[in-house]
Amino acid sequence: MRSRSELKNYQLENYHFRIRLIVAMVVVVICFGILASRFFFLQFNRYDYYQTLAENNRISLVPIVPNRGLILDRNGVILANNFFVYTLEITPSKIKDVEATINELSRFVEVSTADRKQFKKLRQQSHNFESVPIRTHLNEVEAAKFAVNRYRFPGVEIKSRLFRHYPQGKLGSHFLGYIGRMNDKDLESLSTSGDLSNYKGSDHIGKTGLEQSYEKSLHGTTGFQQVEIDADGHAVRVLSSTAPIPGNNLVLAVDSKLQSITEEAFGDHRGALVAINPKNGEVLAYVSMPTFDPNLFVDGIDSDSWKELNESLDKPLINRPLRGLYPPGSTFKPFVAMAGLENGKREPPFSISDPGFYILPGSPHRYRDWKPTGHGMVDIQRAITVSCDTFFYGLALDLGIDRLTSFVRHFGFGKKTGIDIDGEISGLLPTPEWKYRRWKQRWFPGETIIVGIGQGYTLVTPLQLAQATVALANNGTAIQPRLVSSIQDNLTGISHPQPVVDVDKIELQQKNIDIVRAGMVGVMLPGGTAASAGANSPYSIAAKTGSAQVVGIKQNEKYNASAISERHRDHALFIAYAPADDPTIAIAVIVENGGHGGSVAAPIARRVMDYYLLGKVPEKAPVAEEVKPVDAAAPTEDIHD
Amino acid sequence: MIRQLSKYLTRHIDSFLMGCLFFTLLVGLFVLYSASAQSMDRIIAQLFNIVAAFGALWLASNIPPQQMERVALPLYAVGMLMLIGVALFGEVSHGARRWLHLGFMRIQPSELMRIAVPLLLAWYFSRREATPQLRDHAIGAILLAIPVLFIMKQPDLGTSLLIAASGFYVLFLAGLNWRLILGAVVLGGASTPILWSLMHDYQKKRIEILFDPYQDPLGSGYHTIQATIALGSGGIAGKGWLHGTQSQLDFLPERTTDFIFAVFGEEFGLLGNLLLLLLFGLIIGRGLYIALHAQSTFSRLLAGSITLTFFTYIFVNIGMVSGILPVVGVPLPLISYGGTSLVMLMLGFGILMSIHTHKTLVAS
Repeated sequence: MRSRSELKNYQLENYHFRIRLIVAMVVVVICFGILASRFFFLQFNRYDYYQTLAENNRISLVPIVPNRGLILDRNGVILANNFFVYTLEITPSKIKDVEATINELSRFVEVSTADRKQFKKLRQQSHNFESVPIRTHLNEVEAAKFAVNRYRFPGVEIKSRLFRHYPQGKLGSHFLGYIGRMNDKDLESLSTSGDLSNYKGSDHIGKTGLEQSYEKSLHGTTGFQQVEIDADGHAVRVLSSTAPIPGNNLVLAVDSKLQSITEEAFGDHRGALVAINPKNGEVLAYVSMPTFDPNLFVDGIDSDSWKELNESLDKPLINRPLRGLYPPGSTFKPFVAMAGLENGKREPPFSISDPGFYILPGSPHRYRDWKPTGHGMVDIQRAITVSCDTFFYGLALDLGIDRLTSFVRHFGFGKKTGIDIDGEISGLLPTPEWKYRRWKQRWFPGETIIVGIGQGYTLVTPLQLAQATVALANNGTAIQPRLVSSIQDNLTGISHPQPVVDVDKIELQQKNIDIVRAGMVGVMLPGGTAASAGANSPYSIAAKTGSAQVVGIKQNEKYNASAISERHRDHALFIAYAPADDPTIAIAVIVENGGHGGSVAAPIARRVMDYYLLGKVPEKAPVAEEVKPVDAAAPTEDIHD
Repeated sequence: MIRQLSKYLTRHIDSFLMGCLFFTLLVGLFVLYSASAQSMDRIIAQLFNIVAAFGALWLASNIPPQQMERVALPLYAVGMLMLIGVALFGEVSHGARRWLHLGFMRIQPSELMRIAVPLLLAWYFSRREATPQLRDHAIGAILLAIPVLFIMKQPDLGTSLLIAASGFYVLFLAGLNWRLILGAVVLGGASTPILWSLMHDYQKKRIEILFDPYQDPLGSGYHTIQATIALGSGGIAGKGWLHGTQSQLDFLPERTTDFIFAVFGEEFGLLGNLLLLLLFGLIIGRGLYIALHAQSTFSRLLAGSITLTFFTYIFVNIGMVSGILPVVGVPLPLISYGGTSLVMLMLGFGILMSIHTHKTLVAS
């Protein structure tokens, strides 16, 4: 072993050092090779991937929500508009502890549990750098309180957002519908229709009525700002901007004054009324009573209000014209009469002598007339005027169910009217095939007989009845009813009238039209079933009354309206068009449990026609005529009219 | 006259190394300008740093290696005293006890140890035999371990690792037995669990996140994710100077210091990266060339250690930025913003130049 004092072997040392240095150099080269291959991997192989990530980092599309189109009545009265509401909004990315901030905020501005829930929900749906409302509808005191303390809350600000407002409140809520917050279902359907990107930044969508069916037109086109954002989500600069296109305005055919007169005329009654201009199918009034305030729904209805509306026995949320099903009762008779005339089964001067009942040949069963003593000699015109059941029993049987139904189907019975709001149901025009399909039972002649007076399986919606009345007034042309008369471009102001769509047309002979019309005109004249409602009318009205039974009354059992619960009374129906010789309005009215069509439903229609044709505003608001028990002594079977 | 002065001034300057350093620093200034969001203040501050660093380089290059040998031990001793001082009454900043307040100035003794440790070990082994014995290596290792442990305790993982590396290079070049190295590797592997348990939570986290940065994409993993995005999206030719979206839009943290390479890689792409690597390679190559031709044991051990430490900085920093090494606070030499590390680095290069230019003066 060499000692420390020994001379160093420089050559050996040099040699060792050289080797060590070469090893080190190799390690350096290998390490640089690793780095270089890493660069290749990141910048060459996976360039596209990282490029996308970097772009996603960098650019954010900030949507600019378009103003929703207005809904106006035919005279320009605003039925739905937008107004600015102060909202208190939090931008989560700017805040460390959102929960603590909300707690602190609640010292100045009331924040309910519902608000917190809503905030949580909205926050999940939005980017971290987007502001999310924690409170809406801030009043001025709250806004001021916050403003004074706003230095304590970086990342919280007051914004104004556009909210939908229905300034007429309950008026026409069933056809207007309402907007509400988008839910998962809405998002899903938007995604299927490919419209989802147009709803970036929006949080409301039309839920029912026109708001729903014209959603696409009302919503407009969302604008976008391409914003370059930094790591904190702050917008650094706007790269490009596309302005939003506001939604189109809907100009309705509905006359809001007429609508309100009608709604008032219903008083406390439940029911529906549809008034249509037979010349073009424009819906002038569309009433479903009782009604509700659509404003309740705009920002999410509170549970108490919802419970009240949803559980009410009066069912205010049901869109009766669209979805209410009622037997047409005697209002069906003019159509059956027309079928009889056109098929040559009851050509004048054909008449019967009505004993007050009808016997089906080979059957002991007596089909009673509503008037037990009978109407005496009745021809087809008088049969309409006095609503003679016996006459129509025989006529229906003579026509046969197939001929009868296939004829009246042209007036729109048994199918949807095609009105421009969603959710319509089609009613029911029974046929033997239908019965077999539905019940696996054959058709009985007795069932044909009662179809003749609008009973049995036959069901109509008020809208259908109105459309059928229009077709009658139009000499056989059925028109698709529509609430919107034109769509107005919000930018250019240009109105695009909606087309008139004829859905069906049946050729009717003028003489037959004249007969039916004469019979219907008689209804409103002395001797007709709605003579009192037609009194002193300066214009001629063609009409038909009806009533539809709610509970079955057994044969020979006395009907006593006052004795049974109000909700079990018959529905009162009425159809009319006026002026009879050149109709500009056609109406169908149903008053639920109203009893008699002539005394309850007809006066409502009269008010509508008086205002529409004469500009006459009724002096006292509701009719609220008490239901008169119809001839308590009269035994009746299915109907009494 | 001027000619004479410049000749005097550049007597001990290695022009090749100087050229490389100069060019790299220039690149660094361009990247810094971009990374600092076009802050002229930053550039001016860095220019001051560069001037100071060149001063240190010039001074060091004019000190003959023999003089350095003489100050090695005292420098180490002073450094150790200061480290102990830091441990006892150091100033705490950002959760680490690294600074010593001397009334008029605040110093970070670990920076001094960057130079003192390789100096001392080179001095120590130059006094040993051609083939140092196990005992010599053991003593060397202890001399190395003491400051490293102190610095690790501060905690300053990055600096302690780099000082450990600089010391290890001296031991390695001095002829540390291969079997010992192998043994150490095995032992190191075996003691990993123990080391793991000794580590701070944040250190553990950094290592965990190295393997899966998406574990904490907005927290500790954020750096790595955003840096790899910056690099990857740079592509072959880069997004162009001042046009890196990741860096200009603040997605890159610490982008003027430890993560400045991500800015470079984003704006100059794969080609830029390779060129920069080449530039660093030239500097390292020159350093190793100087070490190879150094005349004394002390000189070549010191030159080798300085050069390989420089390489380690580069490898650790770029490895960390490109996501193959854990995130430890190590700046990219000559590019990152900062005075202290630059001065120490240039001091090292000054020593290299001194070793190279004082050769003829050395009596064998």
